[in-house]
Amino acid sequence: MKNEIIEILDLKRNFSVGIETVQALKGVSFTVSEGEFITIMGASGSGKSTLLNILGALDRPTEGNYVLDGTNVGTLSKDQLAGIRNQKIGFVFQSFNLLARTSALENVELPLMYNSSVSPRKRKNLAEKALETVGLADRMDHAPNQLSGGQQQRVAIARALVNDPVMVLADEATGNLDSKTTMDIMALFQDLNRQGKTIVFVTHEHEIAEYSNRTIVLRDGEIVKDHANLGRRAVLD
Amino acid sequence: MVKTRGLASLQKKNPTTHRHMTVLNLSKIAVKAMGRNKMRTFLTMLGIIIGVTSVITMLAIGEGSKESIQEQISSMGANMLMVHPGSDERGGVRMDRSSMQSLTLDDIEAISRYATHVSALSPMVSSGGQVIAGANNWPTTIQGVGKDFLEIRKMEVSEGVMFTDYEVKRAGKVCLLGQTVVENLFPDIESAVGQTVRFKNIPFKVIGVLASKGQNTFGQDQDDVILAPYTTIQKRIMAITHIQSVFASAENEMVSEQAEEEITLALRASHDLDDDEEDDFNVRSQQELIKTFSSTSEMLTLLLGAIAGISLLVGGIGIMNIMFVSVTERTREIGLRMAVGGRGRDILSQFLMEAVIVSVGGGLIGISLGLILAYGMGNLLVWPVVVTNQSIMLSFLVCAVVGIFFGWYPARKAAGLDPIEALRYE
Ligand SMILES: Nc1ncnc2c1ncn2[C@@H]1O[C@H](COP(=O)(O)OP(=O)(O)O)[C@@H](O)[C@H]1O
Ligand SMILES: [Mg+2]
Repeated sequence: MKNEIIEILDLKRNFSVGIETVQALKGVSFTVSEGEFITIMGASGSGKSTLLNILGALDRPTEGNYVLDGTNVGTLSKDQLAGIRNQKIGFVFQSFNLLARTSALENVELPLMYNSSVSPRKRKNLAEKALETVGLADRMDHAPNQLSGGQQQRVAIARALVNDPVMVLADEATGNLDSKTTMDIMALFQDLNRQGKTIVFVTHEHEIAEYSNRTIVLRDGEIVKDHANLGRRAVLD
Repeated sequence: MVKTRGLASLQKKNPTTHRHMTVLNLSKIAVKAMGRNKMRTFLTMLGIIIGVTSVITMLAIGEGSKESIQEQISSMGANMLMVHPGSDERGGVRMDRSSMQSLTLDDIEAISRYATHVSALSPMVSSGGQVIAGANNWPTTIQGVGKDFLEIRKMEVSEGVMFTDYEVKRAGKVCLLGQTVVENLFPDIESAVGQTVRFKNIPFKVIGVLASKGQNTFGQDQDDVILAPYTTIQKRIMAITHIQSVFASAENEMVSEQAEEEITLALRASHDLDDDEEDDFNVRSQQELIKTFSSTSEMLTLLLGAIAGISLLVGGIGIMNIMFVSVTERTREIGLRMAVGGRGRDILSQFLMEAVIVSVGGGLIGISLGLILAYGMGNLLVWPVVVTNQSIMLSFLVCAVVGIFFGWYPARKAAGLDPIEALRYE
């Protein structure tokens, strides 16, 4: 049996908007094992981002348990959450979020800047390796405005990988890309997954879900479907 | 149940152990972030640069004028003492000093006998009027003094000789001319010595010319003067027996106060004053004058410093202003930094560091510019400037404090952002 790196139990997240309370998550439970490639599907507003933010230790649940890699995240302080994000999680955003006028290499080094146990030399080595992994070995000195959208997202993925995280979380990571580039990025994620990375990928596009090996469907803050994709497609087939 | 990944690599990456950002990392982050927007960084610095430049320059001018005043007063004789008739009482009705006749040659006698710390002594009577030599004439003052007067006033004879006690005794019609008088009476003659000048119809033989002293602190021409024996002026020109003032030298600057006391006692005795009677004269020392003017120019320094300090304050507010704009502009950057593991205090430190680098960097540039400006003014405009180490240290310290103080609120704002909202910020 595979190691479970995430266990979520009856997770709830309420937002107060004025006097009203929005229940973005109404009791979600599931587990993630090491090496899985999960897509979280659902219509806009169904709670996908809310869930992913909690998984990524950017946010804390109102109620329920979240255990990540043996740590009960719900009980951690803000600074400890920052530590979790720094060392156990890699985040990929829809809008890349790269630092402008900053080389790809330095963008990728960023998470390690917040980890003083990594020496400058090692930081550079790890960042170069991460950029090689995403196929940008020849673009290390390029600033974001000198890169295509797909290349920029690759830099962002390299940044998510540089700290050797327990899992990579992606929120609509292909949302800003054309279909050809989307395929390239999905191929990259599949590649990473084959190398053992656990991936949780949020999307509202059905086709993308087909590249993962498990799909969780949310509707109005609840899981309505959670199934394995037995006939998982490989992009390069 | 959840089991941890059995990887050794994870054990060492226990996130609950305290990570601490080294100052080096923080500086790197701050410097890189600033380098990303050099123009903004420079404009933020500009306020501080201008502030510090003006602080350094203003303090240099203030300090310079203070020292030059002190120097000029000292050049008139740092241990000089002057006695004038009349009390120094303020608020009361004071008579015109020159019409008072309370000082006499007996007083000179008394001082020379009792004031042991006085090394040189000279009476003084002076009269203003036209001095004539041939076709030329010039309005000036003729001062009747004793032969010690030169020593007391630190004056020198550049040509000819000073009159002797013999000339004083016989009320000799001899005189020494200041440079200004020489230039105006004898523009074409090589040497004024040996010539004759007329003052109030009395002919004076010129026996010497005084070395030039230039203007004094108050802008008076110290060379526009004629010296003659006081007896000559008393008898032949003014027809008086009293003297108008007394000039004396203390043995040195240290005993100036004692000498002043001795003179006071000698004069009180000589004037037969009872214990409850006020002095009918007043003794002033050059030391007091130096103190008075020093405190005036210290006020000036303070005032200039305050004006410059305000511009530094404005520079600091400029930093705060631009930092606030910068925090808003960089909201997504802040969100991202938090998402990849930056803690609130890391973000705070980064922005604080940026503010301090801007202010201290601006301060260093400002200090350099201030030095250049101050010494430039000193050399080109022949303006007395003195840059003190304190003013440099003060500016530097103020800059660091300004950076921390005005950087604090924007930095706090940045650190308090919610990462999710910050990342979503458009
Ligand atoms: N910070 C917030 N304040 C109030 N409501 C929120 C907030 N974040 C999300 N929501 C609400 O929670 C629900 C789920 O949002 P989200 O997780 O962003 O959906 P999705 O990513 O699936 O489109 C939505 O109704 C949204 O309006
Ligand atoms: Mg979303």
